[in-house]
Amino acid sequence: MSINEIYTVILALITSASASLVGSFALMKRMTLAGDAISHVALPGIGLALLFGMNPTLGATAALLVGILLIWNLEKRTGLATETMIGVVFSASLAIGALITPQEELEQALFGGFAPISFPAFLIYALLSVLVILSVMALRHRLVLGLFSSDLALASGVKLKRLNLYFLLLFGLVIVLGLRLLGALLVGSLIIIPAAIGRQLAHTFSGFISMSIAAGLLSVILGLAVARYYGLDVGPTIVTVAAGLFILSLLKKRI
Amino acid sequence: MSKILTVRDLNVNLDGQSILKNLSFDLDAGEGLAIIGPNGSGKTVLLKTLLGIIPHQGEINWASDARLGYVPQKIEADRHLPLNVRNLLEAKADVLNLPDKEIKTAVEMVGLAPQILRTPIGHLSGGQFQKALIAFALLGKPNVLLFDEPTASLDQLAEEHIYDLVRDLQEKQGLTIILVSHELSVVYSHADKVLCLNREGLCFGAPREALTPEVLNRLYASPKHHHHEH
Repeated sequence: MSINEIYTVILALITSASASLVGSFALMKRMTLAGDAISHVALPGIGLALLFGMNPTLGATAALLVGILLIWNLEKRTGLATETMIGVVFSASLAIGALITPQEELEQALFGGFAPISFPAFLIYALLSVLVILSVMALRHRLVLGLFSSDLALASGVKLKRLNLYFLLLFGLVIVLGLRLLGALLVGSLIIIPAAIGRQLAHTFSGFISMSIAAGLLSVILGLAVARYYGLDVGPTIVTVAAGLFILSLLKKRI
Repeated sequence: MSKILTVRDLNVNLDGQSILKNLSFDLDAGEGLAIIGPNGSGKTVLLKTLLGIIPHQGEINWASDARLGYVPQKIEADRHLPLNVRNLLEAKADVLNLPDKEIKTAVEMVGLAPQILRTPIGHLSGGQFQKALIAFALLGKPNVLLFDEPTASLDQLAEEHIYDLVRDLQEKQGLTIILVSHELSVVYSHADKVLCLNREGLCFGAPREALTPEVLNRLYASPKHHHHEH
């Protein structure tokens, strides 16, 4: 393995751990679909950045920030209208993104891949993933209160609106970090599928979180190995492996 | 006795609709206040406003040493969340920076066995769930407890348990209790004061004096009786 591949493998593992952790809370918040939709908004950002000769990651970040602020503002209004709005806005952004992203870059932007990475970029990505993990752990008690009852959380002094914004920003950051490997179309799976597996296998809070992270790591390790052995695209392979693990997890009888 | 709560000219509007109108009352420390009224009369909104969750006009003055605990009517919580009672109590204890032993104390105070901490919230009986919520409210050693229909979903036996517990907390621990109820028997047996609410205050005072047949008639015969809150 080249040094570059080693960087990529290490990054894939740390990113997967942070994505699974964020995904566990997203699953409990029942925002997995909305969250998946958010990730699509990265594509027009990438497309615009490439058109203007800028760094695509910065373009994706800017677009995600806009998407997150939109969701955050919509979040307080629940109901069909919001869901519909999210569906329309984010699938439209995927379509527009596909139109403006140069053809030769489109596959990488949509499905990710094994792009080379410099050492400084590697360090920044790794540190940001660790930051996501530490932040979610620090916020976990507040998130739990918010999940259980917004009234009780507010009465206990939790600033729920601000907490939701923090969580969405962490969600967005995980998407940015996962884009390189999985692309705008698949990155949501790195967040959702491991959490779905964890939920099948564990019934306690800490068990659920650890199982989700373990499922994410296993998907990445197996996915990378399978992709390398058979010469397949890494992004789709990792997601297919994760989906396979999810199906296996369904076989476990609920206690 | 010292005043723990003074409310003057309280008005609450939600979505352009007036929910509470010109409400004034006060409460001494250690007293039990029952808030009664038909569905849709604003009882729950009043509790949440007193807790500071809902914006309002007018004055709500809590004594400087007032610490509030809240037991909501029903939790919209997803009972399939992978949370047990400990996760929940721990979360609040962490947010309030309380030592771990307070969790044990709170559970003991409501008469639940320590094993309850390991029970998933989805596996609790109605009575256990309600007691766990009271334990949750007791974290942080509040001196005022606000109950929203604490027995709404319980059978008679569990209901009596909860009211005994409420009485205990008031008499032995000296807590001020604010209790929303629709049962008049509870008012007579548990409250020092009663507030009749139907968007505006229709009566306030000691139950035997305040609850005249005429007041009750106005309170429950009003057309708003059929207007549901949810």
